[in-house]
Amino acid sequence: MTSTPEQGLDTFPKWIAHHAKVRPERPAMRFKDMGIWREWTWSQIAKLVRAYAIGLQDLGLKRGDKVAIVGSNRPKLYWSIMAAQSLGAIPVPVYADAVADEMAYVLDHAEVSIAAVQDQEQVDKLISVKDRVPSLGHILYDEPRGLRDYDHAKLHPIDAIIERGTAILHEGPDIAAKFERTVAEGKGEDVSIILYTSGTTGRSKGVMLTASGCINAARDSARFDGLHERDEVIAYLPLAWVGDHYLNYAQQMVVGFCVNCPESPETAVSDRREIGTTYAFAPPRVFEGMLTSIMIRMEDAGWLKKKMFHHFLGVAKKWGEKILNGEAVPLTARLHYGLGELMVYGPLKNVLGLSTVRIGYTAGEAIGPELFAFFRSIGLNLKQLYGQTEAFLLVTAQPNGQIRPDTVGPVMPNVDLKVSPDGEVLYKSPGMFKGYYKEPEKTAETLTPDGYVRTGDAGFLDATGHLKIIDRIKDVGKLKSGAMFAPKYIENKLKFFPNIKEAVAFGQDHEFVTCFINIDMTAMGNWAERNNVAYASYQELAGHPQVYEIIKGHVDEVNRSLATEPMMAAAQIHRFLILHKELDADDGEVTRTQKVRRGFVAERYAPLINGFYSGAKEVDISTQVTFEDGRKGAISARVKIADLTPAPIAVAQGKAA
Amino acid sequence: MTPASDIAKGAVLLKVDNVSLRFGGVKAITDVSFDIRKGEIRAIIGPNGAGKTSMLNCINGFYHPQEGTITYKGVKREAMRPYVAASQGIARTFQNVALFKGMSTLDNIMVGRTLKMNSPFFWQIWRHGPAMKEEVEHRKFVEEIIDFLEIEHIRKVPVGKLPYGLQKRVELGRALAMQPELLLLDEPMAGMNLEEKEDMCRFILDVSSQYGTTIALIEHDMGVVMDLSDRVVVLEYGRKIADGTPDQVKADQTVIDAYLGVGH
Repeated sequence: MTSTPEQGLDTFPKWIAHHAKVRPERPAMRFKDMGIWREWTWSQIAKLVRAYAIGLQDLGLKRGDKVAIVGSNRPKLYWSIMAAQSLGAIPVPVYADAVADEMAYVLDHAEVSIAAVQDQEQVDKLISVKDRVPSLGHILYDEPRGLRDYDHAKLHPIDAIIERGTAILHEGPDIAAKFERTVAEGKGEDVSIILYTSGTTGRSKGVMLTASGCINAARDSARFDGLHERDEVIAYLPLAWVGDHYLNYAQQMVVGFCVNCPESPETAVSDRREIGTTYAFAPPRVFEGMLTSIMIRMEDAGWLKKKMFHHFLGVAKKWGEKILNGEAVPLTARLHYGLGELMVYGPLKNVLGLSTVRIGYTAGEAIGPELFAFFRSIGLNLKQLYGQTEAFLLVTAQPNGQIRPDTVGPVMPNVDLKVSPDGEVLYKSPGMFKGYYKEPEKTAETLTPDGYVRTGDAGFLDATGHLKIIDRIKDVGKLKSGAMFAPKYIENKLKFFPNIKEAVAFGQDHEFVTCFINIDMTAMGNWAERNNVAYASYQELAGHPQVYEIIKGHVDEVNRSLATEPMMAAAQIHRFLILHKELDADDGEVTRTQKVRRGFVAERYAPLINGFYSGAKEVDISTQVTFEDGRKGAISARVKIADLTPAPIAVAQGKAA
Repeated sequence: MTPASDIAKGAVLLKVDNVSLRFGGVKAITDVSFDIRKGEIRAIIGPNGAGKTSMLNCINGFYHPQEGTITYKGVKREAMRPYVAASQGIARTFQNVALFKGMSTLDNIMVGRTLKMNSPFFWQIWRHGPAMKEEVEHRKFVEEIIDFLEIEHIRKVPVGKLPYGLQKRVELGRALAMQPELLLLDEPMAGMNLEEKEDMCRFILDVSSQYGTTIALIEHDMGVVMDLSDRVVVLEYGRKIADGTPDQVKADQTVIDAYLGVGH
């Protein structure tokens, strides 16, 4: 192959300089501020980042220092990442909604010396933990509101740092040349970023990713999906999540497309609509939220609209996915679907801001097959991928036209994947991590002797080479009878119902499967309003007999579906209860990315589980809760347990395949 | 946002002297005197029916006291209409949210700019020329308020559809749009949950520190009052029973009696 100008670009700052040369006038970033979209071109970004980096250098930031990034998706925070990397410093994005305690742990563990944050809320949080993070020197902020009377000895607006850098640049031409040398000194094998995992299994670990690893992984996937500089994405995922760094940073850098920052997290949907994003990435819960809100709004629509909506949804269910996959479809069906596009799907996608989306991915958790099918059937090219922070995301992904709801696609180019004898998925990938920061023993635990990364997931490659994930390997258990029990599989089926927000299944070494359920307050609240059911709190609505009846119907349906699958038929739910409080990250019951911490929940609600298996009809429980400001309180409740009759197991006809 | 004012911080901005207000035979306020200093947060508290809202209504010219005087910015005031008070820099919010329910958040806050519109009527009808230019400037100002109060996501939503806590915030936004020197808040936190109250407290403090606006507020949540205000005046049955810093007021026996009752 002939050499391209893109060869040798092994760090992100080198890519910024490259774009400033190749596409100086293309937009690189937009931000809606004061109701107006502001735009920065690549050449503007390059200048700003240079000035910012020189300002940071002036504050004493050196190669190898760590810079914490805390806040929502603001351009200045992305520039902070760019500027830090330009100097060879290592950005450490932290979840903005982390409570002070969690934040202190990460900042101290990473030994950050400078923190770039969004606003007063984060500044306050950092000041409150400052004595536990001795390395932390300066704090930089984006929004000045409320900070005027603070001591500004070690607190600076980001703008001031950029101005300072600009002033230094004016002192002489050698400053700019020196900056270029600093960027050139950056090497691909240097650590480019440390992403702390959300900690599904205990304390967060700092995943160290190298610059060339990130770049190679992002280039492979950009080629895989044919991304180009005219693509538009909207940045609304947490900065500390690998998905955001992948899509809104690494892929942007290697392709040169424009990242759009919404006005506030609440306006992401309407901002996406204004921009017309072409490439989207969201965890399943975002799609779940969209579906729930559509269904709720349709309940309130007039009968004609309702009828039309359900009619065309039926058409979409029958033909939509086939049309999207390019299969042969009769002309009448095509016309019927076309009419639906005009009447229902088009306007619907427009409202959701999905009209122009060419490629959509869902990742982070398994998506309910029905949910997935719904979005595909209305013509959204939604695909699944399977990945990890440790891999710099992609291990497998579904190529266009080869989409199946129950698999996560074939192995990505340049990724080496195998399944261990005990069923665990192992891989080697271009973006593979360098290790956990300051935790070599944990790194060693995660790697196999021959250098593969253990995913901790149980799965297998099917006949067509697509990977199918069953569950976390430590969560796949057995019932007393020895039958397979995959809790997540069951929970995902339950969570497809808009009324069910969260479910936690139990059954390891027990006679039968039982389940906790959290109802969805939006959906059930709406139902309560329409049916004149009065309630004052989550707890009261959760305990309502009619609510129990509705949920029971859903669980029965899941049982019927499980009964048709020979592997899972024994794991039908025999008893369930609706929890008296919502599982909450502040109480440690779910992670910040809303994944259930199963072991912790089981311990915390042990009396309820005992109730399940002792045959009790009602159980009393008192639970400690943490409020958002850190105070603690207790809720006590008497929780009812509902019994179900499992569906008859379908007898396999003929020979098993 | 701070309007040019020749009154230094800490000087008396508004002075109420021996004011009495009667509705027929009902004495709403009897011989009350107190002052509000530039830049402070001044709370007016008291049991129900103590005359707090009547006091605010006197200050912004809605009621005219039969006796006593109100001096604003050094000028003793004649009986005035509320819009005169408004044009002199007094803005207020109401105990029961008084927004235009069918209009969007944006339009409601734009209403607060009405008194600042100066372009000729002719152009305003056509929304052209100088009127358009002026509107753009006002819109910019309103956007600053929207940003300040973090209500971007409800910019285009009719306020009637909004939850109560947000409506209160929009109402504060409309009052801020007038760039008031004196902001009167009538129970800004009534009916809010803890989180909404905390947000509202932060906004009030931010308004005070960022724009230097003088604020007089009526509030029933004592925790809020004691934390927020610089000085507190206590009314009971239309009379002033105490006046001072939160600590002084908290320790005052008449105040304790008025709130908790006296043993007989």
